[in-house]
Amino acid sequence: MLHRILPYRTSLAILVLFLLYPLVDHNAGHVNAAADAAVFALLALGLNIVVGFAGLLDLGYAAFFAIGSYAYAFAASPFYGLHLPFWPMLLIAAIIAGVFGLLLGAPTLRLRGDYLAIVTLGFGEIVPTVFLNLPRYTGGTNGIVGIDQPVLLGYHFGFNPVPYFYTLLVIIVLSVIAILRLRDSRLGRAWLAIREDEIAAASMGINLTVTKLLAFSFGAFFSGFGGALYVAKLGIVSPDQFNFTVSFTVLAMVVLGGMGNVLGVIAGAGILYEFQSLFLADLTQWTHALGQAWSLPALRVVDFVNFKFLLYGLGLVFLMLLRPAGIFPERRIRAIVTEGRGEIIPEAAPVAGDSPAADVSPPGES
Amino acid sequence: MILFAQQLVNGLSLGAIYAVIALGYTMVYGIIELINFAHGDVYTAGSFVALAALTLLGATGHMAAAGVAFALIVAGLAAMLAMGATGVVIERFAYRPLRGRQRLAPLLTAIGVSFSLENLLQLWMGPSPVPFPQLVPNPFFALGPISIGQMQLVVIFSSLVMMVALHFFVQRTKLGKAMRATAQDWMAAEIMGIDINKTIALTFFVGSVLAGAAGVITGLYYGTIWFINGFRAGLIAFTAAVLGGIGNTTGAALGGFVIGFIEVMTAQYIGFQWAEVMIFSVLILVLIFRPTGLLGQQLPERT
Repeated sequence: MLHRILPYRTSLAILVLFLLYPLVDHNAGHVNAAADAAVFALLALGLNIVVGFAGLLDLGYAAFFAIGSYAYAFAASPFYGLHLPFWPMLLIAAIIAGVFGLLLGAPTLRLRGDYLAIVTLGFGEIVPTVFLNLPRYTGGTNGIVGIDQPVLLGYHFGFNPVPYFYTLLVIIVLSVIAILRLRDSRLGRAWLAIREDEIAAASMGINLTVTKLLAFSFGAFFSGFGGALYVAKLGIVSPDQFNFTVSFTVLAMVVLGGMGNVLGVIAGAGILYEFQSLFLADLTQWTHALGQAWSLPALRVVDFVNFKFLLYGLGLVFLMLLRPAGIFPERRIRAIVTEGRGEIIPEAAPVAGDSPAADVSPPGES
Repeated sequence: MILFAQQLVNGLSLGAIYAVIALGYTMVYGIIELINFAHGDVYTAGSFVALAALTLLGATGHMAAAGVAFALIVAGLAAMLAMGATGVVIERFAYRPLRGRQRLAPLLTAIGVSFSLENLLQLWMGPSPVPFPQLVPNPFFALGPISIGQMQLVVIFSSLVMMVALHFFVQRTKLGKAMRATAQDWMAAEIMGIDINKTIALTFFVGSVLAGAAGVITGLYYGTIWFINGFRAGLIAFTAAVLGGIGNTTGAALGGFVIGFIEVMTAQYIGFQWAEVMIFSVLILVLIFRPTGLLGQQLPERT
């Protein structure tokens, strides 16, 4: 399937490079960062279905990540005394997340654009808060510790990042193939149609509710994969791993990579994750070294890791201003993000019913 | 019952702050239909600027009343003007260039601005909550069985003054009329000779000035400020704006008070840690069953 986007040989070469990476780089911290980046790549793949394919802005994606993570943590930790095997649970956690995608998506689908964004943001806040506030059932602030780590054919993964990296690589490749197949299916084309023009899509006979619900659900499904793998690798889960910054980071990855472009968002995830976990730390060290060498005390105390969200935020602003379709734009998405309609304020799309957009009640009208 | 009445008073002062923040959201949404995510952070930045100004002036609670009043006026004006300017700058550089674009782009930009502001505040005053000088003495008055703090009265009174002033500005002045006209039909407004860009900038200015003022009041009321406050407060205030009917200033004020009550009552009868869950549940229910809010009109849908 990959040859549709990248030449077949190029994809294979990139894959081989990734396969060789842990053999070349013996720094466990780097491989660990790469494995975490791969988790985020899975999340970005899932969010891309919602935002990139269906054009629904989901600002609470971390909620599904949390649900997938807790699903595995409940099933395989001393907390409930359950120790179900990892591999089936991986799929089940993803399915549970997908079901919650349906449940949480259902009430929001009548909303469009901004309102959907705000409601998903609300859900994104509610879900970790619920996990936080029910300590009897979820471990509360402390979360759940001692989560079982995967075992494959008698090989214990433990805390060694290398097997996780390979597992994630396999899952990402399978996911990419599945997502590309999905995109070209009837459902996928319906998503793209909704993204481009909801009204036109509806009048072509696409069932908006079902199609959007499935986008939410499939998006959530992949975050369930990511969640189960993430907490199995970490061995611990707690509510603070799923705050708004996670949703924001994944969204930034999708936007950076190019909404709608499957391989682009993986690249976006890789770039952004390595940027925050390795580059900023290294940059800080270099700066400190420079400060030492030039005896400039100011340079020795700078910590660029603290600038992370400033850089993300400004990056997002400049990206939107200068290259709104991302680094690797999907051909089809350009139209919706870059082409203005040559007006100061976009004209309202006529809606079913009779409310012209200009009828927004002015400030002060009461 | 006494407890309930007491919590009503507390909800009133909390709601007053939400209401003032909600005004900024609703004004901006009314005129350019953008959820200005950065608005909550502008509010927090207001308290930071006020704190910096008070520190510069060396204000403490031990000063004479006149000194305190002077310091508060200077710091309040500094915060309000600085935030007004911030709002105008944000609009000019982050939102205006995207005005003709589809929905997603400006919304993402707004989130980007919000995160940048939060990070800047964190770099400025550090990652922990910062104490805010307690300049206004806070004796409690007995109102029958209920007690009400002087600071609560200050919060409620100053918020009401701002709401009335805003109402007057929007309804009775020429600039307010221009804002209403632009919100109603920008193209017709432009044909009538209204400078759309200036009017939108003015809307951001006024909204941000209010947010700055709310930030100062919050600092005085709670005695601590924290760089992250704006995210939560902004989200809640936005909920208030939606609850009241977005685009409608009276609705925003009403929504602010309702949300304030919901928060204190949840804290009283269910548990404070569930307040946010309650508020967002209300938001979701309102959007599903009455997307126009309590006082709003039929909303246009744009994708």
